[in-house]
Amino acid sequence: MSKIFALAGVVIKELYRRKDFYVLFVLTALLTLGAGMVNFFHDDKIVRYVKDICLLLIWVSALVISVVTTARQIPAEREARTIFPLLAKPVSRAQVIVGKFLGCWLATGVALVVFYFFFAVVTGSKEHFWPWAAYLEAVWMHWVMLGVVIAMVLLGSIYFAAPSSTSTITIIVVGGILLLGTHLKIIALQQPEPMQFILTLGYFVMPHLEWYDLRDFVVYDMGLVPVRAVALATLYAAVWTGIFLVLAWLGFRRKNLTT
Amino acid sequence: MTAILQTQKLRVEYRSRDFRQGNKIALNGLDLEVHAGEVFGFLGPNGAGKTTTMNVLLGFVPPSSGGASLFGIDVRQPIARQRIGYLPELTYYYKFLTAEELLRFYAKIFGLTRAETDKRIAELLKLVELEHAAKRPIKSYSKGMQQRVGLAQSLINNPDLLILDEPTSGLDPLGRMKVREIIQRLKEQGKTVFFSSHELGEVEAICDRVAILDQGDLKAIGTVAEVSAGSANLEQAFLKIVGYQPSSAS
Ligand SMILES: Nc1ncnc2c1ncn2[C@@H]1O[C@H](COP(=O)(O)OP(=O)(O)O)[C@@H](O)[C@H]1O
Ligand SMILES: [Mg+2]
Repeated sequence: MSKIFALAGVVIKELYRRKDFYVLFVLTALLTLGAGMVNFFHDDKIVRYVKDICLLLIWVSALVISVVTTARQIPAEREARTIFPLLAKPVSRAQVIVGKFLGCWLATGVALVVFYFFFAVVTGSKEHFWPWAAYLEAVWMHWVMLGVVIAMVLLGSIYFAAPSSTSTITIIVVGGILLLGTHLKIIALQQPEPMQFILTLGYFVMPHLEWYDLRDFVVYDMGLVPVRAVALATLYAAVWTGIFLVLAWLGFRRKNLTT
Repeated sequence: MTAILQTQKLRVEYRSRDFRQGNKIALNGLDLEVHAGEVFGFLGPNGAGKTTTMNVLLGFVPPSSGGASLFGIDVRQPIARQRIGYLPELTYYYKFLTAEELLRFYAKIFGLTRAETDKRIAELLKLVELEHAAKRPIKSYSKGMQQRVGLAQSLINNPDLLILDEPTSGLDPLGRMKVREIIQRLKEQGKTVFFSSHELGEVEAICDRVAILDQGDLKAIGTVAEVSAGSANLEQAFLKIVGYQPSSAS
């Protein structure tokens, strides 16, 4: 376990020493802050609109940060040949995969906490309304969802040599699931066979990342999601994360790293 | 004598990208044994299969057939690498870490305690003369300094067996001397060193035994005296073994 944490530590160190990470990070924080500065917190509709925009920004930004960071990990180790002195030590390839996952996931978690904190402070200072429990649920669900995404990206990065291909493909897939996920069943019913069958099947076998989107709960002050539902969703995400990590390991285990 | 490093009928074929060509046979049934306490020089022209042998020993490349073991443990098990140190042929380390952070990271991979780690890092930074740069990111290091970081990381776990792939290539004479001294000192401590090299003079000076590999075949193995018997020196013997014909025009 300490080996896995050591591996994760290197991922996190790299991330906070790289400049490109800050660009997106600071931009998101500033825009959130900027949106809050404008003095229009008297019209309910506009308030909701601004909150919606801020949360969308946070979602896009967190997705891009986590995907781009993760997609780079294994290819960078191979390109810089740091994978060789690493694997020459008593560490298994499974531990490398899990360590990379953990590092990316923890770093993403830190970014999320900062983003949502900004959001809470900005909206709270204007509205004098602090639904901390709702925010906590929203952050948690968001983070758990990104865990699935990060595991998916690691899997992709084993098979695609170029991090940009992995990033593009996963962002499209994840974006597609988030936008269409809830509607897929309805869309399916409107299609002729065999499309109807394929889409319905797709609905049942895909990871339902859209379930983790609690933005409406925050924007419309809809209260809390039952803890039991959050726990079940966490379990479901953990299973998907596990599946992707095992697949990534199976691919990485047999990989000839010298080519 | 116990074999610390062993290969048995080790064969490695690289699959060709172009299916019309045959597969590239990098190692053709290599049998090798390195004994405890030896400094063993692994020689051969470029492309002979030296790096491939090391890649198998470290578990990077699976054997096509045959096998290899370290300390009697099959190289496919990560634990076989607990007591070895490895210096790759060409490597860059995590550039954004400092030398100290890099060594600390590798120490954790070996499961060293905090106290052991601190002691070991201080010793190694002194050995490779990088104390002054220990808190600077590796990306600011010169090539020679990076090679020294590499040497330091290969020694972090106080290994009993060192596998060094051309440890002196690309170094200036002073750097080469330094590496040679370190190998000598490791030998005095009873360590086993297995290294590949092109510098036959240096091999002659520090090796107990050598092996000469050519195109995946083991051409000679024995003490320096045995291998160079009948030739003026190791270099002449090497050239004869790999089939170099001196031009008669001299
Ligand atoms: N990953 C690889 N794919 C295909 N052929 C390879 C690969 N690595 C090495 N080779 C070939 O195998 C042979 C042995 O290479 P190598 O072990 O690197 O030799 P050395 O280290 O002795 O110079 C060479 O002919 C080389 O071209
Ligand atoms: Mg080589």
